[in-house]
Amino acid sequence: MLAVDLPYWAQSLLRVLGGTVAVLLPAGTIVYLFLFKMMSFMQSRLGPMEAGPYGSMQLFAEVGKWLQKEDLAPDGADKRIYRMAPLVVLVSTFLLVAVVPFGPDAYFTNFDAGVFYMLAVSSISTLGILMAGWSSANKYSLLGGLRAAGQLIAYELPMVLAVLGVVIQAGTMNLQQIVVKQNSDSIFGWDGLGNPYILTQFIGFAIFMIAVQAELTQTPFDMPIAESELVSGYMTEYSGFRFLMFFIAEFATAGVFSLIASVLFLGGWGVPFSWFGWDATTGSVDNWMNVAGPIIMITKMMALSGIIMWVRFSYPRFREDQLQRFAWKVLIPVSLLNIMLTAILKVAF
Amino acid sequence: MAAPKKPQVPGLLKGLGVTLNTMAQTLKPKKLGGGAATVQYPHEKETPPLRARGVIALREDNCTSCMLCARSCPDWCIYIEGHKELAPPRRAGGAPRKVNKLDRFDIDYALCMYCGICVDVCPFDALFWSPEYEYSEPKIADLLHDKTKLGEWMETVPEAPALEAGAEKKKGK
Repeated sequence: MLAVDLPYWAQSLLRVLGGTVAVLLPAGTIVYLFLFKMMSFMQSRLGPMEAGPYGSMQLFAEVGKWLQKEDLAPDGADKRIYRMAPLVVLVSTFLLVAVVPFGPDAYFTNFDAGVFYMLAVSSISTLGILMAGWSSANKYSLLGGLRAAGQLIAYELPMVLAVLGVVIQAGTMNLQQIVVKQNSDSIFGWDGLGNPYILTQFIGFAIFMIAVQAELTQTPFDMPIAESELVSGYMTEYSGFRFLMFFIAEFATAGVFSLIASVLFLGGWGVPFSWFGWDATTGSVDNWMNVAGPIIMITKMMALSGIIMWVRFSYPRFREDQLQRFAWKVLIPVSLLNIMLTAILKVAF
Repeated sequence: MAAPKKPQVPGLLKGLGVTLNTMAQTLKPKKLGGGAATVQYPHEKETPPLRARGVIALREDNCTSCMLCARSCPDWCIYIEGHKELAPPRRAGGAPRKVNKLDRFDIDYALCMYCGICVDVCPFDALFWSPEYEYSEPKIADLLHDKTKLGEWMETVPEAPALEAGAEKKKGK
């Protein structure tokens, strides 16, 4: 353990600051690196080049633009709910990051029902989206909101079921312990790599990433915000700061889900414990991992969100019925089979 | 109804490959034949194709103010005024000729939609396309180009490309 003993208020302040950084920093990086630059390169253009070197200050320009805009609400809107909706979506992102462990002692909370909490909290954003769609008094928003709700419910299930495989194999719902387990386990006695669950739970990983793609309503699952037919769905009526919140939430959640995926499947903050002779049971992990851990996590997060964005920029949109069919007829049965197989192997070995 | 054909996995991977290749191509240095398909406009300029429809130039001497262009313009953005003058006769002892003199020939580029009908319809080769495209103005009224300005554009009109083999004009009788 760290030898620092901080009073409660200082700890809380640190946590709030850390949480804000852990949400906003990945969001900004993802937007600049992937949305602005990678997407442009994939379309054979350079993207923003004027604001700062290689357009790196573009994000500040965009935020500044949004902050200047008027905060509009339609006449028929349910004003209070309309104003609350983006906050609800953003809050769900902040709540999600609370359970992600960044190092042996670098975490916001460390509690046993982490996976359960993560899955529960991630569906709060559905509520916010439905609120936004309903309260906007706009048929496009309503359609978008309903589509989003239908899609998020459909893809929540495979996500839960995919994570269950990991939980069965690790024997714990505590994200911190899942990380420790992955790094201290061995593959048939060989412990040079630990045992990242992407190897044993590859199906689970694939399903999880597909479900994340759908949860984030990124293309090919962007039916709810299909800008060419629904003029951005539930976001149609939002402007200025509230639109900015939706925007941040979209990319921050992409970052946080990538963090969670790297915790669940890629070994999280850890390096294989056998490299430095650490013992998982006594918790003898060196303190410097609290600094190296976040860096390792961010690297894995960037790789995973890079894949999410790459897929987003490559594929055309699913039709609504294809989207639902894919979730209920393919992903859910496959993930159920995966759970059964995991359970049988867990008992057998 | 037959079930829609399911997407094939190799096709999906191929799609990812296309975007990845484009990215690699864009990131490759210019020297190696890479780079983006776009041009960073104010810093480097694109050379428009020879026959690009940039701006319409006027050769005043050829114009007879016959008004065909003004009448065929869908936007009514050409304004012509002229009068007749007497010019010395071609042969000694002949009657003086009547020629049309242009007082005004304006094209309002705020209205023009670059259809090129005026250029096509002109029977006296007085109007030409020029590939020049940088003539935006802070004030919309300044987009009305008068005959002096339209005449200046003539310098930017490229030489007509040589005719293809076998497409020579028939010799007149």
